[in-house]
Amino acid sequence: MVARDIRLAFRKRGQLVQPLAFFAIVTTLFPLGISPELSRLRDVAPGVLWVSALLASVLALELLFRDDAQDGTLEQQALSGQSLTWLLFAKTVAHWLLTGLPLSLMAPLAALSLGAPIVSLGGIVISVALGSVALSLIGSIAAALTLGVKRSGALLSLLTLPLSMPVLIFGARATELAMTGAAFGPPLYLLGALAVLGVTLAPLAAAAAVRINLE
Amino acid sequence: MRERRLQAENLHLWRGETHVLRGLRLALNSGECLQITGGNGAGKTSLLRTLAGLMYPEEGCVLWDGEDVRKDMQGFHAHLAYIGHEPPLKLDLTARENLHYWVGVRRPVSRAELQDALMRVGAGDWLDRPVRTLSAGQKRRVALAGLALMNAPLWLLDEPTTNLDATGQRLVGAMIEAQLAQGGLVVAAMHHELLVASAAVRRLELVGTLERNRA
Amino acid sequence: MTWTWFHRLGSPPHAYALAARLTPWFAWTAAALIVAGLYGGLVLAPPDYQQGDDFRIIYVHAPSAWMSLMVYTTMAVSAAVGLIWRMKVAHAVAASCAAIGASFTFAALVTGSLWGERMWGTYWVWDPRLTFELILLFQYMGYMGLRSAFDDVQRADRASAVLAVVGVVNVPIIHYSVIWWNSLHQAPSVMQLGRPTMPAAMLIPLLMMFLGFTLLFLALLLVRMRAEILDRERTATWIREAVTS
Repeated sequence: MVARDIRLAFRKRGQLVQPLAFFAIVTTLFPLGISPELSRLRDVAPGVLWVSALLASVLALELLFRDDAQDGTLEQQALSGQSLTWLLFAKTVAHWLLTGLPLSLMAPLAALSLGAPIVSLGGIVISVALGSVALSLIGSIAAALTLGVKRSGALLSLLTLPLSMPVLIFGARATELAMTGAAFGPPLYLLGALAVLGVTLAPLAAAAAVRINLE
Repeated sequence: MRERRLQAENLHLWRGETHVLRGLRLALNSGECLQITGGNGAGKTSLLRTLAGLMYPEEGCVLWDGEDVRKDMQGFHAHLAYIGHEPPLKLDLTARENLHYWVGVRRPVSRAELQDALMRVGAGDWLDRPVRTLSAGQKRRVALAGLALMNAPLWLLDEPTTNLDATGQRLVGAMIEAQLAQGGLVVAAMHHELLVASAAVRRLELVGTLERNRA
Repeated sequence: MTWTWFHRLGSPPHAYALAARLTPWFAWTAAALIVAGLYGGLVLAPPDYQQGDDFRIIYVHAPSAWMSLMVYTTMAVSAAVGLIWRMKVAHAVAASCAAIGASFTFAALVTGSLWGERMWGTYWVWDPRLTFELILLFQYMGYMGLRSAFDDVQRADRASAVLAVVGVVNVPIIHYSVIWWNSLHQAPSVMQLGRPTMPAAMLIPLLMMFLGFTLLFLALLLVRMRAEILDRERTATWIREAVTS
C-alpha cells in the first residue's frame, strides 16, 4: 500500500511540491510582515516555523484520501477483507513520507532564514519530523470525516487545527529550546507521546469515519 | 468449491426518508445467479451495497454460509468481489499496475497471472498505458479482469455491462457462467438481459416502493 | 429487564413525550435556583478579602465553564451511544447539545476575560486552561460545521459522532490543566474533596448556581431535542397525533 501511494504520488509530482512551496512562501511572508532584523525574527522563529508547517500540513491533507474516495478505490480497500485500519495507517505513512518528511528537511532552511543558529538545526529537523507525524495522523481523521464534502478545505482546517494545537505548543517549545542551545528533551518526548497516541488511535477513528462516508 | 449460501432476511433500509427496502428476503446457493432489475431509483444499488456490507440495514440481516456477516465482516469480504457503477481504477496507473495493487491487497498475484487475466479481456495492446487514456469500455474490461483474479465465491455486480460492446457483453456472460460452473454465486443488477445460457438465473424485480420476488 | 427503559428511551415517540413532561420541572427549578443563587452571590455574600466585589463574577463564570465541559461530555457520550447502538434519539441529543455547549463555553471565556482584566490586568493570557477552553470552543464550532456539511442526516450524525468522541480528550485536559501546569488560573477550590476553602456564605450560592445551570442545560436540551425529533421524524405518523393532542 505504501509503495502504491508513493508511486501514484510521483505520477503527479506537481501536487507534491505545492505544500512545500506553500511552506516556503509563508515563512517568507513573516519576515516581510514583521521585520527583517534577525534578532527580532529569532524570537518569533519557532512560532513562525511551526504555524507555517501546520498550515502546509493541513493543505497537504487533501491528498490523503480524496482521490481514492472519488474513483472508488477506497471502497475496494474497505471491501478487501483486510483491516481497513491498517490500510489507512499505511496510507498515512506514505502521506507523511511524501509531505511531512520533506517538510522537516526544509524546516532548517526556513529556520536559517529566520536567524536560527546552525547548531539548533538538528533539533529542529527532529521536532518538525515528530510533529508532522502527529499532524498527519490527526489530520487523517479530519480528512476521513470530510470525504464527501465538496470544497472541504476550510472545514478540514477547522477540524484539524484544534486537535493539533498541542502539537504546535510542544513543537514550538522544543524548537525554542533548541535555538537557545538548551536541552529540548522534555517537549520532544511529549511530542513523541502525541505521535504514539496518534498512531494507536487515529487510524481506528479514520477507518470508522471512512466506513460512515462509504454508506 | 464448497457449497455456499447467501441469504438476506427481512431487510429494511431507509435512504434519508425513503423506505427503500421493505422486508426483503432472498436466498442464493452455489451455482445460482440472481438478476436484480428495476427502474432508476428502485434500490438496486442500495440492495447490492447492503449485501456487500457497505450499508447497514435498519432491520434484518445478511447471512453468508448461515452466519450473520456482521460477526466477521472482514472474513465475509475476503469471499466477496463487489464492482460498483464505476470501475475502481486509478487513472494515473496503468491497467497492469491497477490490478497489481487492487488484487494484490487481497492476495499475492504474480505478473503472469495479471498478464493472463488482461489478455483474456482483450487488453493485450493497451495494458501498459495509463488508465486515463483508455475508453470507458476498456476501463470496464480492466475491472472485469480484476474480478476474475479475485477468486471470490460471491460476486456482487452493479450494471456490469455498462459501456461494453456486444463482444464485451458476451464476455461478461461467459465469465458469469464460468463462475457459476465453479460453484460461485452471482448477484447482478442489470437493465438488460444477461447473456447467460444457464437455467439457474433467478430474477428479482424492485419496483419503486414495492418488491416482488419472482424465481 | 433493566434494559427495557433504555430501549424505550431510544424510541422517538417516548423520548418526545418524556421530554415534554420533564421540561417544565427542570425549567422552573432552574429558574428558581439561578435567581436565588444570583441573589445570594451578588447581594448577600460578603466581599472577598482579596478581590472585593470583583470575585462575584465567579457566580456566572465557574458554572459556565463547568457546564461547557459537562455538555461536551454529554454530547460525546450520547454520540457514542448513537454510534454503537444506532439510536436515533441519542444522535438527536448530541446534536441538541452543541449550540448550548458552545454558548456556555463562550460565556465562560467572556466572563473569564472580564475577570482576568480585573485580577491580572489583561483581558487575555495564553495560559493552558484558557487556551484549551478556547480550543473547546473551536471544537464545538467544528462539530456544528461538520454537521451542516452533510445533506444526509444519518451521515451527519455518524460523522460528527466520531468527531465528538475523538475530541473528548480535551475535556480532562482542561480540567486538570491547572494542576498539571503552572497556570495563572487559580487551582480548583470548590471541587476538591474534603473541606472546600470557601466560606459557606459564598459557597452555597455558588453551588446553587452550579445546580441551576445544570438544570437549565437539561431544560434547554430537552426543548431542543424535541425540536430535533420533530424535524427528523416529520414524516412519521405518530407525529401528527402527538402534535394535535
